[in-house]
Amino acid sequence: MEVQMHKGNVVMNTATMAYRNLLKTVHNPDNFMDVVIQPVLFMLMFGYLFGGAIAGGVKAYLPTIVPGILIQTMLSAGTGSGAQIREDLDSGVFDRFKSLPMAHIAPLAGQLFADSLRLLIATVTSLTTGYLMGWRPAVGFGWIVVIGLLAIFTGWALSWIFALLGLLAKSAAAVQSVSLMTMLVLSFMSNAFVPLHSLTKPLRFIANLNPVTYVITAIRQILATGGWTHEALLVVVFDLVVVAVFAPLTVWAYDRN
Amino acid sequence: MTNMNAIEVSHLTKKFGDKTVVDDISFNVRPGEVFGLLGPNGAGKTTTLRMITTLLKADAGQVKIFGHDTVKEGRLARSMFGLTGQYASVDEDISARENLMIFARLNGLSRSDAKERTTELLKEFSLEDSADKALKNFSGGMRRRLDLAVSLITRPTLIFLDEPTTGLDPRTRTQMWTTIRELVKQGSTIVLTTQYLEEADQLADNLAIIDHGKLVRMGTPAELKREAGGSKLSFTVTQATQVAAAAKLLATQVTGAVRQTGQQLSVSLSKVAELTPILAALDQAKIMINHLSIQEPSLDDVFMNLTVGKN
Repeated sequence: MEVQMHKGNVVMNTATMAYRNLLKTVHNPDNFMDVVIQPVLFMLMFGYLFGGAIAGGVKAYLPTIVPGILIQTMLSAGTGSGAQIREDLDSGVFDRFKSLPMAHIAPLAGQLFADSLRLLIATVTSLTTGYLMGWRPAVGFGWIVVIGLLAIFTGWALSWIFALLGLLAKSAAAVQSVSLMTMLVLSFMSNAFVPLHSLTKPLRFIANLNPVTYVITAIRQILATGGWTHEALLVVVFDLVVVAVFAPLTVWAYDRN
Repeated sequence: MTNMNAIEVSHLTKKFGDKTVVDDISFNVRPGEVFGLLGPNGAGKTTTLRMITTLLKADAGQVKIFGHDTVKEGRLARSMFGLTGQYASVDEDISARENLMIFARLNGLSRSDAKERTTELLKEFSLEDSADKALKNFSGGMRRRLDLAVSLITRPTLIFLDEPTTGLDPRTRTQMWTTIRELVKQGSTIVLTTQYLEEADQLADNLAIIDHGKLVRMGTPAELKREAGGSKLSFTVTQATQVAAAAKLLATQVTGAVRQTGQQLSVSLSKVAELTPILAALDQAKIMINHLSIQEPSLDDVFMNLTVGKN
């Protein structure tokens, strides 16, 4: 049999890499634990702890907290990509990928596409937990799907940033601790858990600069009005810009490594 | 093609900070030979290999693979070789078959070709029985075999092996050597790094000895051994009173210095034929000897001569 060498096809290479990462996850269900347990735990804890204090009741708090926890979970699921890439680099598998005649973005893109499965699971878990706690959005199921996709796309775009971090950091542990802090600061310094008007002026200023605030606002508006909004479009544009900036940077860091 | 070198390395240099780990190394590898990069730990063997295989950017110098510059024509150059790294670069979480399938697909094989090649390689490397088990349960030898199988998917004519037998038990090591010889027989060119002298002696047609980032000597194992000096004769004088007389007698027969350790005397011979007059002279002087031995020079001597005292 004569082995033919095809020119590397970016889409096919990426699909193969995504398949590899999916296989890895399926063989190792532990990888799903964080995206399943964390949203359930946070939704229950925050809902029942702060519901009364912030909104006068758990049920009244749910429209605030469900989008909040959803985006927080996206952020933390996104950080997983960075840690996984660092692990692959340390294990030597990436050396082999690099020595293959294929597109350099494929191993990274494959990882991130496979990670969107994690994002999907996190989204479904978050929304289902909210529903079980009594969250009943007034809009139709179609719009729930829309906000789910918006959340996943945002999480996916942000995971490019964490991927870059994974390539630049010295160890998987460093990636994890930096990611955790970023995730905590971004999700708490926003309108995810508390109404903005309750914040002090400087804090409100910071929260208004935080992109997470805009994503959550966009999702709440869709859920409240049952229609596509200006803010939602802004979020999509923001996500596209993040990918356009960070995907090339990530490939650059990968080549440099 | 006939006169073209498989690899041409010229003035390759790499610095990490202000430490020069690879210092102006140049060598050529001819098609069909096994070329060994030999050196102690930390000598710069792996760094050299990583630069040749485009995994690391060189600070200076040039590498050509079958005439193609690895910087200007990186993708083309990469398509011409297979690489097996020092640490098994296969996926732990998935099976041997899945590993081979994925790397076959990444190498551009169609799904059916990939399947066919995977089956072939599993058989060739005796991995059929554990093909579908997770690699976590694999022994070190199986992992190395799979690793090598992965780098042979496209049947590259040029294969890089970075310390292919480090950490393997003697039986697995011998199996690996057999596999490597088999590849050479099929016409592959092989570049391997090793810190084992025996391995270099067994496999390599040409050797480059590297120490502290510098290429200190190059040649065939036989040439290098010859350079290390001739055979070494050593024997023990049975009676302690005769040792001095024996040493004196020996000194008249050979040009090299006579070394004495207790009752044992040793001397370098330029050729084995010098032995006969020595034995005749000893017999005539009625000096009894035992434990006579003649040692051929080994690569150990070469290695020690060239690298000792510097590390």
